[in-house]
Amino acid sequence: MTESNQPGGRRRGARALAEQALQAEQLGDNDKANELVEHATHIDPDETITTLQEQSASPLARVEQASEFAIVLSVNGQTHELIVDARTTLLDALRDRLHLTGTKRGCDLGQCGACTVLLDGRAVNACMMFAVMAEDHEILTIEGVAANGRLHAMQQAFIDCDAFQCGYCTPGQIMNAMGLIQQGKAGSDEEIRDGMSGNICRCGAYPGIVKAVMTAMAEVTE
Amino acid sequence: MNSFTYTRVHNAREAIDAFLGSPASFYVAGATDLLQLLQEDVCAPGTLVDISRLPYRDVEAGPRGARIGAMARLTDVADDEAIQRHYPLLSQALKETASTQIRNAATIGGNLLQRTRCLYFRDPAAACNKRHPGSGCGAMHGANRINAILGTSDHCIAAYPGDMAVALMVLDARVQVQGPNGARVVPIDTLHRTPGDDPSRDTTLQPGEIITRIDLPANRCAGTCAFVKVRDRATFEWALASAAVGLEMQGHTIRTARVAVGGVGTVPWRLPHVEGALAGKPLRSDTVAEAAALSVRGARASGQNTFKLKLLQRAVEEAIIAAGGQS
Repeated sequence: MTESNQPGGRRRGARALAEQALQAEQLGDNDKANELVEHATHIDPDETITTLQEQSASPLARVEQASEFAIVLSVNGQTHELIVDARTTLLDALRDRLHLTGTKRGCDLGQCGACTVLLDGRAVNACMMFAVMAEDHEILTIEGVAANGRLHAMQQAFIDCDAFQCGYCTPGQIMNAMGLIQQGKAGSDEEIRDGMSGNICRCGAYPGIVKAVMTAMAEVTE
Repeated sequence: MNSFTYTRVHNAREAIDAFLGSPASFYVAGATDLLQLLQEDVCAPGTLVDISRLPYRDVEAGPRGARIGAMARLTDVADDEAIQRHYPLLSQALKETASTQIRNAATIGGNLLQRTRCLYFRDPAAACNKRHPGSGCGAMHGANRINAILGTSDHCIAAYPGDMAVALMVLDARVQVQGPNGARVVPIDTLHRTPGDDPSRDTTLQPGEIITRIDLPANRCAGTCAFVKVRDRATFEWALASAAVGLEMQGHTIRTARVAVGGVGTVPWRLPHVEGALAGKPLRSDTVAEAAALSVRGARASGQNTFKLKLLQRAVEEAIIAAGGQS
């Protein structure tokens, strides 16, 4: 069996309201969620219950519209349930749905690296992956890097080494740099320049970036 | 991007059924090429069949051969110690491919099937016989600096952009394929098709077929191989010309040579004339230059890509010298 969707359905009525309720709940708006559930139950109690159950239990729950899916994303150690169109990239899901706007949109074509996140510890472009495909993977974004009120060594090194001007590319730079260190690929100036070539900095802060990665690398391996 | 549906599958049977069961199906694994094509409306799938979870990710290599799962990421293979030791040519070609982020996501099978970077193919408003058969070829008399000089036709001059396939030509790879009619083996030099009068089909794969694994025979050139890639910047760029070479040496004499080139052909391109001219010859700059000159036999430039005629010969020359220099 494939966990497929059935084409041809409409997303209306009780089901749609139940889904909106789930989204409202996710966003912390419980009053709105309760109101929507009440409204949905009034239209069709069975469908409301089925929808709420399906979407909290199944790994890739069906939504009536052929192109929409209920998914669970694990981001910065927290799980999030959301309904996405199949076209939604991981970048769109992070920014527009989970409001984690530290991950930046640059080119949307995998060429600039502004959207770099770690997927199971490896740097990837969030714009080059569909959100539905990111299920069952651990995603780390810039928001999840600092811990206990302290900046990560890489963040501190970027500040100390003057590794940015406008800062737009910086979250992506930091995430790729962290991935490189985890993969043991930040051993030399040359290796760092090659490994960081997927991150464009229009301000041209490259010398500072290389220095920051070297500095953080030295700290990590100490 | 057009609207489409999505199906996740866990084995080849499910994948093939899902693919054939819906109109306009596309397989997706690493998504790094497909997402670019979708973002720019170059293609419009009805269904994406997600094969990234198929159990073909193992990489095994040794003195007698290698088996590389098609779902392995480029990074997995490039960094594999046994691959680096027994197939350094493959590791090098992969390390020179794309960026860290792309190598971490892109799969081996998908890399083989990546589509051309021809500017006209990637622009839905332009004439392109590959994207829209019968619409003409904007590249033929247009901005064709990156286009092919070998294997072209009157309908298409799009270059095959990959690096890994060029190395695999030298390594005699055999591509394992699963399809509606069972499994079959496709030798790497018959996987891609020259455009002829039907540029829309890049490969000889049939609808629903999936690459599951790449097998390599024992490599006798592990210490005498080289990959040279010439491009517009030092990293993260496609090849204007690339050359992969494997030599079997006897002292300072070349016993046999295997030479393939990329960025210049409509498919990964083997150079049998060059190989023949090298066999039995001493590894000297004059004999190598003479052989490398044969690289452009049958080549046809289209204007802005005329520089590739010289560039190709020099890339081949450099790769032969580098490969022999290690012996």
